[in-house]
Formats: sequence, structure tokens, C-alpha cells
Amino acid sequence: MIEVDALDVHYGDFQALFGVSLSLARGRALALAGANGAGKTTLLRALMGAHLPSAGTVRYEGADVTALPPHDRVRRGIAMVPEGRRLFPSLTAEENIKVGAVRAASPDWPLARIYDFLPLAATVRDRRASALSGGERQAVAIARALASGPRLLLLDEISLGLAPGVVEQVYEVVRGLRESGATLLIVEQDLDRALGACDDVVCLLEGRVALTSETAAASREDVVAAYFGTEGPHS
Amino acid sequence: MTAGTGGGAVTAGTAAEGRFAVRRWSRTASVAAAGSVVAVAALAGVPYYAGTSAEQPLVTLFCLVALASLWNLMAGFAGLTSFGQQAYLGAGAYALYAAASMGLDPFAAIPLAAAAAGVLSLPVSFAVLRLSGGHFAVATWVLAEILRLAVTLAPSAGGNTGVSLPGVSGYDALLRQALTYWWALAVAVCSVAGVYALARSRFGLDARAVHSDPVAAASAGVAVGRTRRWAYCLSAFGTGAVGAVLFANTLYTQPGSVFGVQHSVAMMFMVVIGGIGTIEGPILGALVFFALQQALSGYGPWYLVLLGAAGIAITLFAPRGLWGSLAAPRGWSLFPIGHHISGTS
Repeated sequence: MIEVDALDVHYGDFQALFGVSLSLARGRALALAGANGAGKTTLLRALMGAHLPSAGTVRYEGADVTALPPHDRVRRGIAMVPEGRRLFPSLTAEENIKVGAVRAASPDWPLARIYDFLPLAATVRDRRASALSGGERQAVAIARALASGPRLLLLDEISLGLAPGVVEQVYEVVRGLRESGATLLIVEQDLDRALGACDDVVCLLEGRVALTSETAAASREDVVAAYFGTEGPHS
Repeated sequence: MTAGTGGGAVTAGTAAEGRFAVRRWSRTASVAAAGSVVAVAALAGVPYYAGTSAEQPLVTLFCLVALASLWNLMAGFAGLTSFGQQAYLGAGAYALYAAASMGLDPFAAIPLAAAAAGVLSLPVSFAVLRLSGGHFAVATWVLAEILRLAVTLAPSAGGNTGVSLPGVSGYDALLRQALTYWWALAVAVCSVAGVYALARSRFGLDARAVHSDPVAAASAGVAVGRTRRWAYCLSAFGTGAVGAVLFANTLYTQPGSVFGVQHSVAMMFMVVIGGIGTIEGPILGALVFFALQQALSGYGPWYLVLLGAAGIAITLFAPRGLWGSLAAPRGWSLFPIGHHISGTS
């Protein structure tokens, strides 16, 4: 569904990603793991078009989308739940969702289905986003992404800053999305959750791919070694 | 946040939907709309029953209402704070001069003058919209200064001494004043109604999202650049119309006056003291600004000092503007933009 080939990303003179390559097949979930500053969010921003790479290509459903702006990628079926939720504070929850919904390329996720899937978003729909709790914001952020009818969903640090009980609820939503056949790319610091929710894992270390594996084939020690850049048990 | 199942979701979701009624209108809004129609009809009859003495100040007020609404379209909805809208005020005035010099009826040419300002804003937008925040504001001001200098250096545009509006000598003075008045009223009504229609449309939702967080808006599928460009160009179009009407009203214009930054300062003052990001706020701001102008104009230079003091006081004690401070705690909305949701069960 999406193939990334030899991606370099710079912030001015600083290079954040070095020749990153990965691929994700339709219907699978990939966990993108790595320590702070490893380049996870940068890679997601590059996939979304929010930051253009200096080298390399991104192909989505067979087409080169490397230079496409974010709104064109949304129309093609890519959506992102950004780190920190980034709701529009002056809009109500429902208006936040409608910002994504008006561009829905397919009727896969009409508002009724979204509210059924995320009842918490339905209960706060008339409240301003600035007045929502962390869990409510996350529900609305996921709802906004679903409203555009995505075939590939990028989830960036979806458990960050949430209470443990709320994190469990967020991952219930992720499991629900997986059951509905969605293709997911999840950035997550909580390794156990990421590995438990995904089919594949890619670990970034200082902007480079340190590990690519199916989660079933990689031991926790392998992933931890790639995560911290230490020698693994099999090295 | 418990996720429901994907299957059978539509039925369950419909049931969930049934607990609410999503509305974008209210009884207050109906009364406001009806009142607005009556007010506009009454104002349209002013040349018949009140005469020139009432027309002159109302032309000024209508132009202020239009300018405030159009500046609010950019700053209040799309997050573009411009110091350079006087560029399009001047463009509209000088486009009207060019059209009238070519033999067109000056009143019939007002839409052409507006279109000229709108067309000018399109290539300009590609340059200035690469910037944001303070850089954007300064760039728009520089643009207005460039236009002022260009007109000042152009002998065919009258240079620094300015130009008189050709083609009006054939009009009876009363008819000319009445036509100017109706044009000013039409421009004000179209500006307010147009901004309101835009704010309630998909464009309005996009613009408010872009204003809140451009990066998140882009990730949600909003074409950020296109949304900003529409707001900028539509505002320029309307501001050009105001420039043409002001020229038709005074019959004389000069670059030092029409391209002056005081016009943008006035727009900003009206929108900020009235209530940015609302439809009602700029109208209220224009009324307050107009009243202050009338009340303080006899105080010479102290007029600006007192106006500034009023602006500071309102900003300090009513940071959401007069309308925001009055309406928000009471839930008033004469011209609702967002959705109102109420339980039906």
C-alpha cells in the first residue's frame, strides 16, 4: 500500500532521516518505534506531506506521492492523527470532525458510523475542543481522521499524556480499526503496546532504520536493542 | 472511548444521532435576519425621505462597515493580519478613474474597479502568502507603499496631486449623491452578507481551521494556501469596491490619502474593539468608530489620542471585543456561524 524508499529529510542543515526505507501492505499494522529524536514524527510528517524530503520517494497505492501537498494525500486516502491531537480549539468537536468529513473521498466513515465507533466523540460533539479532556480530544482527533475516509491511517503518539485507563480505551479503538480492515502505521513509545497491536515493527535509531521485522519474529530484546542502539542477544 | 463494532454501525449511529438535533439557526437569528431586511429597506429609502444631509455620514458609515467586515474575513476567519488593505482601496479608486477616463459611466464601472482590485490581488497573493504573522503584515504594508509610489510617479494618474473623477458632470447633484449612497449601501450589505455566507460555508470551516492550526488543517485535508488565497482576494475585491465608492463620494482622490496606512489601522481598530471572528463584531466596531469620529473630530490632534485611549481601554477590559464580551456570556448570536446542538429526547 505504501512504500518508502531511501528517504532523507532535513531541517535546514540538520539531517533528521538518513535513507529510510519501509513498506506496509494493505490491511496490516506497522509499529514505528524509537527513542525521542529518532525521527518517528519526522517520518510521519514526510508521509503526510507536511515536510518534504530532500531525497528518496514515497509511493502510495502504486503512485509517486513524494511531492504531493497534504490535502491531496488526504483525498487519496491517507489521514493522520497528529501528536498532541492538534484539534482546532475554537471549533466544536463536531466542527473539528466536519473539517475532515467535507473531504471524504468515500462514504466508508459517515458521521453516524464514526459516532457509533467512538461514542465518546458523540457525547462531546457540541463542546468546544478547548474544553475537552485528553481522552475526549484523542477520540475527536481519531474521529476527524476517520471522517476523511482513509485507507491508510497514521497514528502519532496516540497514548502520549493520557491516563492509563484512557490509553487502554484508545487501544480498544485501534483494535476496532484493525478489525474493520484499516491499514495502520502507529508511532508509539510504549513498546509493549506497539508490538501487541501491530503485525510489523520498524525501529528507528538516530534517523536510520535499525530494525525491520514482523512482530511475531522479533523478540522484545531485539527491539529493545534496536531501540537503544545496544548490541542485541543475537549479535 | 470504547469502540463500537464496524458492522451494523450505521443503524446504531443513527440511533445515536437521534438523541440530538443539529441546528445552525435560532429564533434570535430569524428575528435578526428579519430586522436586517427591514433596516436595509428603510436605509434604501433615505434619499427619498431624509436627503443629502443624512446621506453623507451614512456613506461613511457604510464604507466603514464594509471595510471592517472584509478585514475580519481575512484576520478573523483566515488568520491573515494585513496592514496593507489600503493598496486595494487605492487600486479600486484608480481603476474607477481609468474606467471613467475611457468613457465608461463611473457608477456602472464600480464593479469593474472592484474586479480590478481583485485581479491585482491574485499575483500579489502568491508573493505575500508565502509569509505569515508579522512578516505577512509588513509585506502587505510594503506592497501598499509600492503602489502609492507607483501612482505618485505616474503623470497619467495625476501624480502626487491626485485626480478628479471624470464623467460625473452630466449627473444632477442630488441624483449623483443618491447613486453614491445606494452603491455604498449595496457594498456594505454585500460585504456583510457575503462574509456571513462564506463563514457558514465549507470555506468558513476551512478558514477557521487554518486560523487555529495551519499544519493540523493541512493534515485534515484543508488546502491551506488556497483557503488563504480566497480570503485575501475576496477581501481585496470588496475593498476595491469601497475604494471606488469613496472616490465617487468625494470626486477627488490622491495617492497620499487613499494609500495611507490609517485605513488599515481603522479596519483593525473596528474589528478588534467590535469582536474579531464574528459577524456582529465588525458592524458594532464600525458603529463605535463612526460615533467616536463624529464625537471627537472637534478636538484636533487630541482626536487620535482619545481614539487610541478608547481602543486600549476596550482591549484591556473587553479583550474579546464589545460584541464578544456582551454576547458570549449570554449565548447571543444574531448571525450564527457554527452548529448548535440540543437534545431532542
